[in-house]
Amino acid sequence: MIVRYGLRLVALTYLALLLIIPVGMIVAHTFSGGLAPVWTALTDPDAIKALGLTLKIAIIVVPLNTLFGITMALVMVRREFRGKALLSALIDLPFAVSPVIVGFTLILVYGMNGWFGEFFINQGYPIIFSTPGMVLATMFASLPFVCREVIPVLREIGTEQEQAAATLGARAHQTFRRITLPAIRWGIVYGVVLTTARAIGEYGAVAVVSGNVIGQTQTLTLRVSQEYQNFDHIAAYTAALELAVIALVTLFLMNLFHPRKDH
Amino acid sequence: MAITVRNVNKRFGDFVALDDVSLDVPAGSLTALLGPSGSGKSTLLRVIAGLEKADQGDVFIGGAEATKLPPQRRDIGFVFQHYAAFKHMTVAKNVAFGLEIRKRRKDEVKRRVAELLDLVQLDGFGDRYPSQLSGGQRQRMALARALAVEPEVLLLDEPFGALDAKVRSELRAWLRRLHDEMHVTTVFVTHDQEEAMEVSDTIVLMDHGRIVQEGRPQDLYDHPETEFVMRFMGQVNRIGDVYVRPHDVEIRLEPNGTTEAAVVERVLHMGHHIRVDLTVNGGDPVSAQLTRDEAERLGLEPGRPVFVRPAKARTFAGEPEAEAVS
Amino acid sequence: MTTVALPRRRASGAALPSVAPGVAITYLSVVVLLPLSALLWESHKGGLDAFWQAVTAPDAVAALKLTLGAALLVALINAVFGTLIAWVLVRDSFIGKGLANSLIDLPFALPTVVAGLTLLTLYGPNSPIGLNITYTRKAVVLALMFETLPFVIRSVQPVLLELDREMEEAAASLGARGHVIFRRVVLPNLLPAILSGMALAFARAVGEYGSVVMLSGNVPFATEVASVHIYSQIQSDYVTGATAMSVVLLSISLVVLLSISALHRWSSKHDR
Repeated sequence: MIVRYGLRLVALTYLALLLIIPVGMIVAHTFSGGLAPVWTALTDPDAIKALGLTLKIAIIVVPLNTLFGITMALVMVRREFRGKALLSALIDLPFAVSPVIVGFTLILVYGMNGWFGEFFINQGYPIIFSTPGMVLATMFASLPFVCREVIPVLREIGTEQEQAAATLGARAHQTFRRITLPAIRWGIVYGVVLTTARAIGEYGAVAVVSGNVIGQTQTLTLRVSQEYQNFDHIAAYTAALELAVIALVTLFLMNLFHPRKDH
Repeated sequence: MAITVRNVNKRFGDFVALDDVSLDVPAGSLTALLGPSGSGKSTLLRVIAGLEKADQGDVFIGGAEATKLPPQRRDIGFVFQHYAAFKHMTVAKNVAFGLEIRKRRKDEVKRRVAELLDLVQLDGFGDRYPSQLSGGQRQRMALARALAVEPEVLLLDEPFGALDAKVRSELRAWLRRLHDEMHVTTVFVTHDQEEAMEVSDTIVLMDHGRIVQEGRPQDLYDHPETEFVMRFMGQVNRIGDVYVRPHDVEIRLEPNGTTEAAVVERVLHMGHHIRVDLTVNGGDPVSAQLTRDEAERLGLEPGRPVFVRPAKARTFAGEPEAEAVS
Repeated sequence: MTTVALPRRRASGAALPSVAPGVAITYLSVVVLLPLSALLWESHKGGLDAFWQAVTAPDAVAALKLTLGAALLVALINAVFGTLIAWVLVRDSFIGKGLANSLIDLPFALPTVVAGLTLLTLYGPNSPIGLNITYTRKAVVLALMFETLPFVIRSVQPVLLELDREMEEAAASLGARGHVIFRRVVLPNLLPAILSGMALAFARAVGEYGSVVMLSGNVPFATEVASVHIYSQIQSDYVTGATAMSVVLLSISLVVLLSISALHRWSSKHDR
């Protein structure tokens, strides 16, 4: 049918022009001067430091947000209390906040004129313009994912299995470890994938909080924008490519672990 | 309008749904397509409706070739097992749908909808939504919707399958009465032989994509052409090569030369009849069906030795029908 | 925080150590609640006048207008193309459909700054097709189209998958042609999902920073969006200005999120 082919054509053209071709061109641009400039850019000490900082932040943020997410999911689904809607809104808040605002509120709290800024600076552990601030910003931005992915899974498995375990003599923590955790593990995995992607890819919030001191507080995402502004296009595109590769791996994992699929 | 199906074949991948099926449905009749799951009855109905395309073969509706026509142009009404209600529209809008598509005048549509809601006993429900109706009410709405455009042919796919027993039997009687009033050629699919016998003029029994036997309900019941037909149409006892219906098993207290010896195992009170489970000749289990009077007269109880004979029996595979002389 | 009371009684079955929820709430408070409170406090500090002045400053108003206008436009574009793409992904089949379906989530996975750079390759100064839209408002819209691509699609897809095909067959049996069936039977049932996706896209678009900042040139009064305005206010140490705009954006997001919840409640009215 003509309608069917027409719709297909429109859909694929839209996706090609907006998504597929531009991403393909990143690859092309990166390697436009050959392999050597890319290698130089990849092994540049600042580039390696940026990758290191990005990963360091992720390694701190992801496990903490995962523990938070699992705990909160259990609280939200298995307990009754007033204020559940408010709690739910708070957890979802990072989705509604622009990254720049995230960074800004952190400055208000930990900046020089902020609530606790002076305290931390005097202790020798400044938050703003340094790694701890970036960690906090990334925590804020990637907070909801594990919780949101685990909640529906937890709802769906229901309490029957857990109750059966209880009648067989299992204590609460045993039930959690042996029954609940295995049941929700794919929800957790999917949430972790999303959280990690967000943590590695966070830009706006860390841009505001970091002060952009090269080599010190530069993540991979900050490096992309900085090198582009400094007209070092190869360095910018290389960093972008690194991030794009991570994003594609993320996509692949998302597809693999998507809750729709039965495991 | 009569329906004619000629040499229709249909497969889904490796599965043969319809195997060279041909059928003639007389105009104004009420026909049941009966059979177990996978027999092809729903597929056949949907091919007639144009909701499925046959791989080979032809469909004629009212004498005109309909094989290539989409369902929109076949002038049919179709009722689905799970109602297929337009859940975002009110009952009245649902029923009016076909008329509005045909751009009928607003007052005419209103009048006809009122008429139909009255016919299906849903007057006053026009402003409700399907989600506010019971299953039986939704199916009546679906029927009104299908009838609104005065189709030449009415097709129903297991229309009462999703309803509970009491509603089912009410709607069966109701469908029969409706047909008697309106005389639209009606074909409905069911897996329930009781339903088919209660409602239809003609039963078309299908199995594995083929039509096994066609005829009046009593013909299929009393003169089954194969073992499958006999088993599907009712309870059957099998003793060696001989098939006997429970109500054709005669129980006597004394032998008479044509009887076999048997022992009563259980006597069950099924409400309107008595079922007696027996073991014949120390081996074959047989179920007999007696009226309460008969059972009382015989005074049966478990362990009692008796004598049985078939008042009517059938054998298949070429053997002549064995009729006992009483 | 004080309205959330953790209960003593427990549902039978699994539980974490009893200290865990308390720790989690503390974590939430430090990470989210604390910064948020600082913003709200700051917005009150200068008094209503200072707030109002900052919000009605001409460059702020210009930024807000551009942001809201672009976000609305993008929501509408997504409503049309998102539904279309969702339809093709659910009802059609062709080689590479699985791949296309997976790629839809790319804007979720790709860092915003990289998205900006990717769009620059095709639509920037070195565009191979000569189409350079940097420093224009079109660039803002383009960046937002990229970032909001998945929302309507992922919102509509599950609804389309669950849709009772028999409703469409019933409509066909009653004489309705394809486009009529779509308009009168399918679309009304998709509408809540489309609206929900649009709202999410709008909320996302309003706060978008990384991709827009790379593409639009950030010229005040011309191509500067609200988030970039906040950034420049921070750089210039105009805390009041940054606070005011932040509160405005946050309020808009809040309203949008509330309407999505209301939408969900309204749309499940007819389900049974």
